[in-house]
Amino acid sequence: MDFISILSIFVLACFVGYYVVWSVTPALHTPLMAVTNAISSVIIVGALIAAAAADVPGAKWLGLLGIVLASVNIFGGFAVTARMLAMYKKKEKK
Amino acid sequence: MMRFLSIPSLRGDAVAAAIHSPRAKLGGRSMDRFVASLLAMTMVGFATPARAATGEAVNPWVALAYLVSGVFFILALRGLSSPATSRTGNRFGMIGMLIAVVTTLVTHFPMSAPVSETPVAMDVACVHDCVQRFDLFSMGEILIAIAVGAIIGITIARRIAMTAMPELVAAFHSLVGLAAVLVGWAAYLNPGAFGLLVPMDTIGTDYSLPMQIGAVSKVEMGLGIAIGAITFSGSVIAFLKLSGRMSGSPILLPARHIINLGTLAAIIVLTALFAMASPAETMPLIVALTVLAFLIGFLLIIPIGGADMPVVVSMLNSYSGWAAAAMGFTLGNTAMIITGALVGSSGAILSYIMCRAMNRSFISVIAGGFGADDSAGAGGEAKEQRPYKQGSAADAAFMLEQAEKVIIIPGYGMAVAQAQHALREMADILEEKGVEVKYAIHPVAGRMPGHMNVLLAEAQVPYENVFELEDINSEFAQADVAFIIGANDVVNPAAKTDKSSPIYGMPVFDVDKAKQVFFIKRSMGGVGYAGVDNDVFYMDQTMMLLSDAKKMVEEIVKALD
Repeated sequence: MDFISILSIFVLACFVGYYVVWSVTPALHTPLMAVTNAISSVIIVGALIAAAAADVPGAKWLGLLGIVLASVNIFGGFAVTARMLAMYKKKEKK
Repeated sequence: MMRFLSIPSLRGDAVAAAIHSPRAKLGGRSMDRFVASLLAMTMVGFATPARAATGEAVNPWVALAYLVSGVFFILALRGLSSPATSRTGNRFGMIGMLIAVVTTLVTHFPMSAPVSETPVAMDVACVHDCVQRFDLFSMGEILIAIAVGAIIGITIARRIAMTAMPELVAAFHSLVGLAAVLVGWAAYLNPGAFGLLVPMDTIGTDYSLPMQIGAVSKVEMGLGIAIGAITFSGSVIAFLKLSGRMSGSPILLPARHIINLGTLAAIIVLTALFAMASPAETMPLIVALTVLAFLIGFLLIIPIGGADMPVVVSMLNSYSGWAAAAMGFTLGNTAMIITGALVGSSGAILSYIMCRAMNRSFISVIAGGFGADDSAGAGGEAKEQRPYKQGSAADAAFMLEQAEKVIIIPGYGMAVAQAQHALREMADILEEKGVEVKYAIHPVAGRMPGHMNVLLAEAQVPYENVFELEDINSEFAQADVAFIIGANDVVNPAAKTDKSSPIYGMPVFDVDKAKQVFFIKRSMGGVGYAGVDNDVFYMDQTMMLLSDAKKMVEEIVKALD
């Protein structure tokens, strides 16, 4: 993809983000932070690419470490979000 | 992604066939065949030579998968618009992540092709890429790395107390930041694997020349590393302050604005130099860039006081998004760019909401120092102790029972005392006795956006009873009791009347309009985080309940029975 296509996606995504986030109810702002934290760990994609390439050992090890850090975030982030949201669920039943 | 080019179509087909046939034989089920043919399509697709101007691979299947993943992330945030849809949203987020990770593993992996077997360069451009040795050993290492992260992550997520959410989020931000730095460095050390190499001539089309990282890629890489490093060191400081391992009071260096601006300028200059430098010269520049960025993250957060932490946490949330976006630009990855933009705007909007709720400009929060000099000037010691009324749990219980409408205002003190469960118990008893109980939450109550809502949710307070500032403030006039537990600055009338007050202009609850005010506070000594005295303490209708919040509420519950 050329730079302009990527930039277009980025700019449009910023607008999507703007409207989507304003529609989030303030009561769920903490889960919002936890889940955005989890999804920003999509950076693991870069770490996977680095760890998959065996030709430069330094880059490979950085990649593996990156995978560990990002995984902590992905699993931890989604799990803690799920835990919080489950608490909101109980009250609906009440 | 350029490496796709390195694998001739022949090999792609062979692999696809190899994957296809055993599956079909083994399973024979249609689903299996479907998956296999999907895989085969991906393989064939990704083995097709294609090149864009900047050198990234254009593979419709892979690009589509990342796009789908990005859309799932959008849906994940969309789900949070109401508690009812939020859990589905979270699941969408997980699916999006799974798609992104699996796509990456499938396309960047495990073609264990010995280098020598690869027919020599159909294209000189891919010499570097062809050196890849995909093997199952690396796959194992990657899966182990993921498993280690998963175990740590899930353990933390299960064990963490809800009151500790702010520091957990700060700690998680620091991990994203550090991961961004690592990925940036990995891309710098092994640009071939990331498809970042272009020929060294001026327009980057003569493939007979040696290869180097493209200038645009270097700018993106430099920015990604810088933002990641700032996120990391900033979040570490925020974590230390929020978890009480470091004093929450601002640390002010002399000439800090000049130091900070100078460091930021130096980072920008270094990024530019890095982009223009020849390959041999880049190493010291990127090292300097990384070190300075770590330093500035540290310097930016230490002067910011405890009360401003909600803004800082949101801001770092935003940074972690921009770091992901910058890396997305480097890799030409749609999922990362969409996510980065989402998270970036999310954090920015939350920071804005927090700043608005404190009536402070973003710049003044970032400049820091709030609550340091003010507390010295306007603090409690200088003033004479004014008279106030102190009550007991029994007094409070008696009056709560008589009330028709009670509005509870929780603050950070409730979180510290873990009083939310006792509070809900109290509210339940009152409701049984026919008292209307509502909760009023200020946007900056607690240490992160929505902190109080989560704690009340944990205590199973129905969210229909929880209201935001604008929605409930007019109701205080009809309220019999305003029950303030662990909050202070958010009910301080000085914000409305005293122009010299550091919190002047901040929207606050009109508790003075309620017939009776109960104020649970540890002692009369401490003042709020803004370091200002509160006239509510001394009002005629105010009764101070001086005790630990949890203990006091438990005593009220006992007295109510």
